Amino acid sequence: MNYSVVIPYLLEGTVTALKLFALTLLLAVPLGLLVARLRAIKNPLVNLPVKFYLLLMRGTPLLLQLIFFMYFPPFVLGISIDRFIAALIAFSLNYGAYFAEIFRGGIDSIPQGQSEAAKVLGFSSWQTFSKITLPQVIKRVIPASANECMTLVKDTALAQTIGVFELFRAAQNTTSREVSIIPIFIAGAFYLVMNSVVAAIFNRAEKKLSYYKG
Amino acid sequence: MQSEMNPNTDKPVLEVKSLRKAFGSLEVLNDISFSVKHGEVVAIIGPSGSGKSTLLRLINQLEQVDGGEISVCGQQLCSNNEAGNAVYSDQETMRQIRLNIGLVFQNFNLFPHFSILRNLTEAPSVVLGKRKSDAEKKARQLLDKLGLADKAAAYPWQLSGGQQQRAAIARALALDPEIIFFDEPTSALDPELTGEVLKVIRSLAEENMTMVVVTHEMAFARDLADRIIFMDQGLIIEQGTPDEVFNSSNERTKLFLRRYHE
Ligand SMILES: Nc1ncnc2c1ncn2[C@@H]1O[C@H](COP(=O)(O)OP(=O)(O)O)[C@@H](O)[C@H]1O
Ligand SMILES: [Mg+2]
Repeated sequence: MNYSVVIPYLLEGTVTALKLFALTLLLAVPLGLLVARLRAIKNPLVNLPVKFYLLLMRGTPLLLQLIFFMYFPPFVLGISIDRFIAALIAFSLNYGAYFAEIFRGGIDSIPQGQSEAAKVLGFSSWQTFSKITLPQVIKRVIPASANECMTLVKDTALAQTIGVFELFRAAQNTTSREVSIIPIFIAGAFYLVMNSVVAAIFNRAEKKLSYYKG
Repeated sequence: MQSEMNPNTDKPVLEVKSLRKAFGSLEVLNDISFSVKHGEVVAIIGPSGSGKSTLLRLINQLEQVDGGEISVCGQQLCSNNEAGNAVYSDQETMRQIRLNIGLVFQNFNLFPHFSILRNLTEAPSVVLGKRKSDAEKKARQLLDKLGLADKAAAYPWQLSGGQQQRAAIARALALDPEIIFFDEPTSALDPELTGEVLKVIRSLAEENMTMVVVTHEMAFARDLADRIIFMDQGLIIEQGTPDEVFNSSNERTKLFLRRYHE
């Protein structure tokens, strides 16, 4: 096996995987925050659609959602869609739902006295959220978010089912070309390296926020 | 005690008229009326569940009034419409009223992610737009006064309960309120720590701070308050000077006080 060909090929797939990972986070985290806040609104016109979205995204396979966003636009709406964009939409909506639930748990776990104290001191509701609630929520959701991010690194492999060339696809291509299973294990090592970086970043954030309790 | 030459002195800082509040079908407050004059210290006593916290929460806009009137420093927070239901003033008036009032909670509610200093400076700088250096100067003076000068850089979890409650009082004072409410400020503290908090409240009374204190510390109420309000089951049973209330002939008052003497 010619490693000087195989490794760059696998790295090319890795770049796509990382791109999908980073862009998904960039979209899913704000979406999750927004959805978590909308879900808390008592008006059923707001929170029923939100609950339906959460159920749909968490209740059906991500694989199915990928296929949906790949084939729904061209065959039903007559719009062509780039494979990578379809994957990005499916991943963002799916992970947005999981992040929303993580953030909701985090927000609910902050004692009500915190926002009451802020209100009595004259903070507006946005100031209360951004200065008092959110910083405390971030600390509490770090462990669950770390899990979610590590899963996302691995889930990018699913994008190949709609033809996105990413790391796992690259590994499989190489495996059939070289008639060797080794590229699959190299890809495994790549995922492991990516996730050790993710884990290290979250560990650092956790340490940084350990200056206070509660 | 000196009387100030301020023409506002005789106008009540707080005026509450015929206040009503129910949670669902549970009537928690019924026809509550009282007022607090400038520099006055009013203690509210009564069994738990009698509506004391709810009363403070209504005045501090943490709960919605059903009916009746609340005015703070001559500004009306809410008043009745023809149907006898409370209607609130505009947002700006509500905001101004909020800034004239301080509230100290039973369980402190300090912001755990801020240092003690920042707990005191955050509202003045974010809400009032004070310069950071001005806010810090004032905060340090307050911490000094309340015996917490060496805790400015500490975080709430590093303080004892008594120190946390003193910091919470300092945080309320940092906004220069016209009146401060205390909701059982020592109830969450170990007995040996209540003294330091009561001492702070006492020193504020000596400076003529207008205060309403919900408390179960009968000796403290008797000793410090200009007036005592006794509440039971959502009603003000009686109000008067400590002597009047502690020597009351009212059966409910007597029963309550006897229980607290044991
Ligand atoms: N948010 C609420 N929802 C329903 N009932 C409440 C709420 N807050 C207080 N209550 C009820 O109102 C009554 C008065 O409570 P509270 O004002 O806390 O009394 P106190 O402070 O005198 O002990 C109690 O019966 C309590 O259970
Ligand atoms: Mg209470």
